[in-house]
Amino acid sequence: MNVKETKEFAINIRKETIKCIGHLGVGHIGGALSIVDVLAVLYSGVMNIDPADPKKDDRDMLVCSKGHAGPAVYSTLALKGYFPMEMLNTLNQPGTRLPSHCDMNRTPGIDMTTGSLGQGSSSAMGIACANRLKGYNNYTYLILGDGEIEEGQVWEAALFAAAKKLDHVIAFVDYNKCQIDDYVENLCALGDVAAKFEKFGWYAQNVEDGNDVEQIAAAIEKAKAQSGSGKPSVIVLNTVKGKGYSKIEGSLGSHNMPVTDEMVTEALAELDEQLKAL
Amino acid sequence: MSVKVAANHGMGDKELRKEFCETLIAMAQEDERVVVLDADLMNAAGTKPFRAAFPERTFDCGVQEANMIGVAAGLSSRGFIPFTHTFGPFAARRACDQIFMSCAYAKQNVKVVGSDPGITAALNGGTHMPFEDLGIMSTIPEMTVVEPCDAVSVGKVTRLAKETYGTWYMRLHRKPAPVIYEADSEFTVGKANLLRAGTDVTIIAMGYLVAEALKAAEELEKEGISARVLDMWCLKPLDVEAVLTAAKETGAIVTAENHNVKNGLGSAVASALALGHPVPVEMVGVQDEFGEVGQVPYLAERFHLTADEIVDKTKRVMSRKVTRHTWEKISNDLATAINELRSCTNDVWTF
Repeated sequence: MNVKETKEFAINIRKETIKCIGHLGVGHIGGALSIVDVLAVLYSGVMNIDPADPKKDDRDMLVCSKGHAGPAVYSTLALKGYFPMEMLNTLNQPGTRLPSHCDMNRTPGIDMTTGSLGQGSSSAMGIACANRLKGYNNYTYLILGDGEIEEGQVWEAALFAAAKKLDHVIAFVDYNKCQIDDYVENLCALGDVAAKFEKFGWYAQNVEDGNDVEQIAAAIEKAKAQSGSGKPSVIVLNTVKGKGYSKIEGSLGSHNMPVTDEMVTEALAELDEQLKAL
Repeated sequence: MSVKVAANHGMGDKELRKEFCETLIAMAQEDERVVVLDADLMNAAGTKPFRAAFPERTFDCGVQEANMIGVAAGLSSRGFIPFTHTFGPFAARRACDQIFMSCAYAKQNVKVVGSDPGITAALNGGTHMPFEDLGIMSTIPEMTVVEPCDAVSVGKVTRLAKETYGTWYMRLHRKPAPVIYEADSEFTVGKANLLRAGTDVTIIAMGYLVAEALKAAEELEKEGISARVLDMWCLKPLDVEAVLTAAKETGAIVTAENHNVKNGLGSAVASALALGHPVPVEMVGVQDEFGEVGQVPYLAERFHLTADEIVDKTKRVMSRKVTRHTWEKISNDLATAINELRSCTNDVWTF
């Protein structure tokens, strides 16, 4: 992985995410921006994929269980060439192929339909079971929100994955500390997330800066080295909600908020500065 | 007709779950996409022979219905054909959102099997007695919702589920049941099966009530009433054509189901009739109550799910039929009323 290119890629994903949400004027911007760096790493050579053949049977797969982060995933896929960049402006418009939450039947490159929180954890395990039955060694990646892991289904899937030795599953928890009504700590505190997964039989890692592509890439390498151990992997990413646009970084209100033209201009200017600084 | 009705309807000697498992094994031998999932009820479902034959294609998840349905959706997204099993209430109630989003909305090919329909939950009691599962599942778009009634139909419908893409909900009675069909019957998705011809009234039944409907039709024949009997094994898509034809040809309908009449067969048939050809309807089924513990014969009496109840409601619905006799009576009554009114008017004038 070329670090500079991946950082550039991440900034470009952020720009497109903000542009497409801004085009509509409202959207789930905070939790989309917080997962951009892991998306940039996954789609910079970590995942075995082919945008020209999105259904390639033995590809690596991604389930973005926090389906409301769709705009960040769509921006990544568009930049990778899964569909034309112009399509991003159709986000949430009537008849769009890019709905608010990820939909495998509408968007090229989306591997599973998500939106009702918690469910992607189970479907990812099903995908991993299927790939094993097919005799593939490919990886199933799963992105969970921090608020999302308050769902019981996540822990059912966590038990299941360890029991069935699904060691080609690599899950990420986007630990941005904010949910809709309050900070996670005040609402339904998660405690030590990595330790909880470890107790469930997973190989767990904490990434101190979950928005740092190098740290993320290193953790994925370590997780992959565990394949064959029988343990699924989880990587807890300490991220910042709204990352990249300082005005909304770490703010509770950024979960789903109006994004005006002025905000888009301001955010793009800030991101362009970040590009120059690379 | 593509189905052949058995000459007599004595209790079958085969458990329905045995037929279910044998069909799964046969299908899995022919097609490597068939996989089985359970939530710690393989013993109840009788599917342990499947696990013995296909251990890698069996996923017993433990007591986690929501996860089981999600795992099935993931397997389906990779081209497998998962059959999941748990008790009906835990599929339809507990895993409803998973069936909705990860399966139906995501256009997956998951076959959700819910056992112990209605009163057949018996000694497990009200907590386990689904009188609402058909309604919940039918309200999800694009779902196919079915309930076979005997061993032959369990085999046929299980095969149809495998051969027809989409998410299905299938009720499964596990124990032996009265024989309704001959083995060489053919079922078609969305087509009711005509079990008995009749001209005066039509009884539309499902599942446990099919055998009771046939008993009722025999009783009614002794009293000179010719009852048509349809097995509406496929609740959704409903065979609207068969319902409307029955209404036009027999003029009255009785529905019979081992489920709440609200949002089950009764509601579906009444809705089709209201839109297409309104005729009087009576509904045999659970009248919006919770289940309770007991043996099946007790529960059948308790919730009025019997041939006797079907006979009573058939007579009642026939009394509401608008026949030539009814029209003659109405016109005679009207003539009398007009005459009375006229004489009354004369009095007024005289006064």
